[in-house]
Amino acid sequence: MAGTPLQIGTEATPEPRLSVVEVLTDSAKRWVASVQDYSLLSFRSVKNLATSPRYFQDTVDQMDDIGVGSLPIVLLSGFFIGAVMVLQTGSQFIRFGQAALTGDVVAIALVRELGPTLTGILVAGRCASGIASELGSMLVTEQVDAMRAMGTDPSRKLVTPRVLATVLMLPLLTALNDFVGLLGGCVASVFSLRLGAVEFWTRAIKALDFADLMQGFTKPMVYGFILATVGCYKGLTVRGGTQGVGRATTQAVVVASVLIIAADLFLTKLALYLGDKLF
Amino acid sequence: MTSAALPVTSTDGPVVAFDNVYMAFGEGDVLSGVSFSVPMRETLVLLGETGTGKTLTLKLAAGLLKPARGTISVLGEQVSSMSERELLQLRNRIGFVFQEGALFDSMTVGENVAYRLREERIKEEEIEPRVREALQFVELEHTAEQLPSELSGGMRRRVSIARALINRPDLVLYDSPTAGLDPVTSQTIIALILRLRDVYGVTALLATQRLQDGFALANFHFDKEAKRVARNARSKGGQNSDKIAPTRFLVYRDGRIYFEGQPEELSTSKDPYLQRFVV
Repeated sequence: MAGTPLQIGTEATPEPRLSVVEVLTDSAKRWVASVQDYSLLSFRSVKNLATSPRYFQDTVDQMDDIGVGSLPIVLLSGFFIGAVMVLQTGSQFIRFGQAALTGDVVAIALVRELGPTLTGILVAGRCASGIASELGSMLVTEQVDAMRAMGTDPSRKLVTPRVLATVLMLPLLTALNDFVGLLGGCVASVFSLRLGAVEFWTRAIKALDFADLMQGFTKPMVYGFILATVGCYKGLTVRGGTQGVGRATTQAVVVASVLIIAADLFLTKLALYLGDKLF
Repeated sequence: MTSAALPVTSTDGPVVAFDNVYMAFGEGDVLSGVSFSVPMRETLVLLGETGTGKTLTLKLAAGLLKPARGTISVLGEQVSSMSERELLQLRNRIGFVFQEGALFDSMTVGENVAYRLREERIKEEEIEPRVREALQFVELEHTAEQLPSELSGGMRRRVSIARALINRPDLVLYDSPTAGLDPVTSQTIIALILRLRDVYGVTALLATQRLQDGFALANFHFDKEAKRVARNARSKGGQNSDKIAPTRFLVYRDGRIYFEGQPEELSTSKDPYLQRFVV
């Protein structure tokens, strides 16, 4: 603002001019540093399980909040997704006179893919944001510092219980989502495709083998770990007061959802490879 | 909480000692070459404008931050070189009263005060009377079941003092305990600090922007027999009696110690910067 009435002092300090390369280098450094911090926090959340103090009651409370609290959205979504799957696939199978195959397809798609991933993303939307905003608010109101000042390690008290609770609860939520999804599919196939309920269930169950169940229940454990650690990391690295908490909450959901979908690709490839080798 | 039950630190040297401490965030030092020491039972008042490094000094003393250079010794331990795990143990002997109280907002007042004792796995039958006693000390025993959000700002600070004294610390760090409070509530808080100092012989560091807080600590004491705050009797030389816990001032300016001395020296100083606080 040189030469204007707003100028304070005799000489205005010139803004340092950064080149494009410097800006890119700085953001790359920041990105690497945040990946490192995230990895360290994730590692510590697991390492804390090996030594005391352990916060059993906090873990149970989180299991209640994350698991039981997420039931309504998981069950409702699962039911409708199962029904939609039947309507979409059934309409194609009918053209070939193979409507009975709908049960097989819906069961495999739900158990292997849609159940775990949909549950992961739904719980990420509800819990990664909740964790990030809760921990972020604690950070900006100095409650995390107060915890440290009173001799408590926040990674033990706040992070590990949330990570453990999510890893334990997500496979259970996925199982319920799969079951309710098949129920929704059954209802849709009975009323829309005029298939028998018994036929649908028999084919759906027979279509599944052990490798499908392994794949379907390993994925949610990984997704649970991702969404809880991302939520905790974003919450504990909030900058900029309440506005920062809002930003961290949004970022937690976006990053957790994208990581879940990306992880799905690699986990599917790995599961198919192991399925061929082992089963 | 009887005074006989209070542990007296076994440290022969100063309770807190800063030696040429530097601290920086980004570019430029926030603290530059800060050195001071606090002997047992002394109250050191850190006076200065906003952003001069008072809170930072308290956080460094509690080991919540690491200095860029220099050494910090607290209760005979080198906090500047200790690991977080070792610091967690040491912090059990330090009470920290945060500026806004930093009470855990999802816990009741009673649970906040009992937090440290529960972390130390003390039996519930022992916790209840100690919490009641700490809350009686700050005259808030009726609020045990209330949430912090239901209390006024002054009450939250008093609960924070109760939480800090629950495990009978050797050192208490007060971060602007009267900031943003009305004069009457500020007096109540200062009276509590006097009481804690004179009844339990606690060593303290008190960061404040208000000179009157420091002068109140220097010129008044808590009379244990009369159970009220009374003005100090002066000897012929104008000094406080030996029985009165000493109070010293440290004035910060731009991250450096600008003045260090007795209240009388500060009040009679002709230095224009110090005059700003006195007036």
